[in-house]
Amino acid sequence: MPRDTPAPIPTNRGPSRAEAMALAARRRRRLQTWLPWIIILGTFLVWEAAVQAFNVPQFILPAPSAIIASMVKWWWPLLDNSWQTLMTTLIGFALAIVFGLALGIAIGSSSLLYAGLYPLLIGFNSVPKVAVVPILVIWFGIGTIPAVITAFLISFFPIVVNVATGIATVEPELRDVLRALGAKPTDIIRKVGLPRAMPYFFASLKIAITVAFVGSIIAETVAANKGIGHLMILASSRFDVPLVFAGLILTGVMGVVMYAIAMKIEERTTGWAMRGQDGPSVATSIGG
Amino acid sequence: MSSATERPFVEISEVAMRYGGVEGTLALKDCTLSVGKGEFVAVVGPSGCGKSTLMRLVTGLWPMTQGSVIVAGQEVDRPLSSAGMAFQAPTMLPWRSILANVMLPLEVVEPHRRRLRRERAMYDAKARKLLAMVGLAGFEDKFPYQLSGGMQQRASLCRALIHDPALLMLDEPFGALDIFTREDLWLELQTVCQTLKPTVILVTHDLREAVFLADRVLVMSSRPGRIIAERRVPFPRPRSMEDVYKPEFQALLHDLREHISDARRAGAAVEASHAA
Repeated sequence: MPRDTPAPIPTNRGPSRAEAMALAARRRRRLQTWLPWIIILGTFLVWEAAVQAFNVPQFILPAPSAIIASMVKWWWPLLDNSWQTLMTTLIGFALAIVFGLALGIAIGSSSLLYAGLYPLLIGFNSVPKVAVVPILVIWFGIGTIPAVITAFLISFFPIVVNVATGIATVEPELRDVLRALGAKPTDIIRKVGLPRAMPYFFASLKIAITVAFVGSIIAETVAANKGIGHLMILASSRFDVPLVFAGLILTGVMGVVMYAIAMKIEERTTGWAMRGQDGPSVATSIGG
Repeated sequence: MSSATERPFVEISEVAMRYGGVEGTLALKDCTLSVGKGEFVAVVGPSGCGKSTLMRLVTGLWPMTQGSVIVAGQEVDRPLSSAGMAFQAPTMLPWRSILANVMLPLEVVEPHRRRLRRERAMYDAKARKLLAMVGLAGFEDKFPYQLSGGMQQRASLCRALIHDPALLMLDEPFGALDIFTREDLWLELQTVCQTLKPTVILVTHDLREAVFLADRVLVMSSRPGRIIAERRVPFPRPRSMEDVYKPEFQALLHDLREHISDARRAGAAVEASHAA
C-alpha cells in the first residue's frame, strides 16, 4: 500500500455536492437575467461621468441626464413618431415574412429555381438601400410608403435564405423513405421541409426585425414627414443633439423589444430544436 | 430455384447502373435476382459493391441505366407507392413524438391517408402494438432525442412496417448499433416478420446478420456489382441466438466469407489493372 493514502471522499457531510451544484447553477441563472441591466446601467453611468469630467459640449456628446431631460420635454413628439416608425417597420416586416416564406419555400424545394434566382437575390441584397429610397420617392412620393418598402426590402433577404436552407437540407434518406411511400413533392415539403425550416425561419426573424428598423429609419431620414428618422433629422438641423440621441435610444429599445418577442415565439413553436440548452441544470436537478 | 410455381414478387433482370453519364462509374452490371412473396433475402458483399444502389433501383427511387425491375407483376419506372424502408440512420423527425413519427407513413400512403382522420383510434392502437412488439411500450410520447440510438432504430423499423408494406427494404439498418443491441433487434425483427410476413430485402455487410435473418443469402461481387453466389439458409424458425454457434451455421458463414474474399481479391485486381 502506498504511504500517503488519499483522503477519504467526504460523503453526506453538510450540503451534498449535488445541492451545492444546483445552488451554483441557480446563482448563475440569476446573474444571467440581471447582467444585461447591470451592464446597460453601468454604461450610462460611465458615460455620464466621462461627459462631466471632460466637460464635453452638449452638441458633441450629450450626457445621459440631458438625454433623459430631452425625452421628458419632448415626450409627445417622440412617442408619436416612434409609433409611426414602429408601424411602418411592422408592415414592411409582415410583407417580408409573407414574401420571404413563399420565395424561400419555392427556392428551397426546386434546385432549378435556386440556381436561377440566387444570383439575382445576392445582387439585389448588395445594393445599398439608401440608394433605392430616392427611386421609391419618385414612384410613391414622400411619406409612409417608401419607408414600408425599404423595411420590406432590407428584411426580406435573410428570411428567404434561411427558409430555403431549411427546406433544401432535408436528409436524403428521409426523402427516400417518403418517396418510396409514394409521397408527392408537396407532401415532403409539408410533412418534413416546412417543419424542418421553422427553426431557421425564426432565427431569421430575429435578424430581419432588427434590420427592418434600419430600413424604415433610413427612408425616414431621406424622405418622410413623420417617423423617428424624420424627427432625428429635424433635431440635428436645429443642433438639438440630446433629442437626436433620445431618438436613437428609443429606436434601440424598440429593436430589443421586437427581438425579444420574436425570441419568445421561437421558443414556443420550435422548442424541439433547442433541446439540451438546459442540459446541465436538468442533470443537476436529477442528481439532487 | 424457388419451390413455388407462382411468379416471384421481385424480379430484377440484367440491371446495370452507371453514375454520372457515359464515362461515369459503373455501379451495377448484369445484376439478376428474384425474391419470392414473403421471402426474406439478404444481400451481402464487399463495401462499395452497389448494394445500396440496388435498393434504390428496386424501389424506383433512381432510374436504372439498363435492364428491368418488376415488383408485384408491374414494371418499376417510378417510385413504388408503399414500400417500407429503413436505413442505417433512424431519420426520426425531431419535432414529432415517437408515436407520431411511426404514424408518418399513414399520412402519405393510400388508402390509410383517407381513413386516418376517421379511424384515428384504430391506427393509434396499431402503432402502439407495433412499438410494444419491439420493446418500446411506454415510449410513445417521448421525443426522438430522449431515446438511445438503438431505440430510435426500433422506432424506425416500426415506421417502415406500420402501413403493412408488401415490400420491406432494409439498408444496413443495424450498422450503427453495438453488437448486443443488434442481436436484440435481429430477434425482434424476426418476430415482427413472422407476424406480418412481408417480402424483405436486407442489405448488410454483417454475414452473421444475413444468415441469422434470411431465408436466402445472395453474395455480390465488387464493383460493378452482380450476384455471384446464392445460399439457402435451411435452419427452422424461430431461430435463437444459440443457433449462431452451431457448426452448420458456422460452416455456412465460412462458405460465404470465402466468396466475399474472392470478390474482394477480384475487385482489387481490377483496380490494380486500371491503375497500371
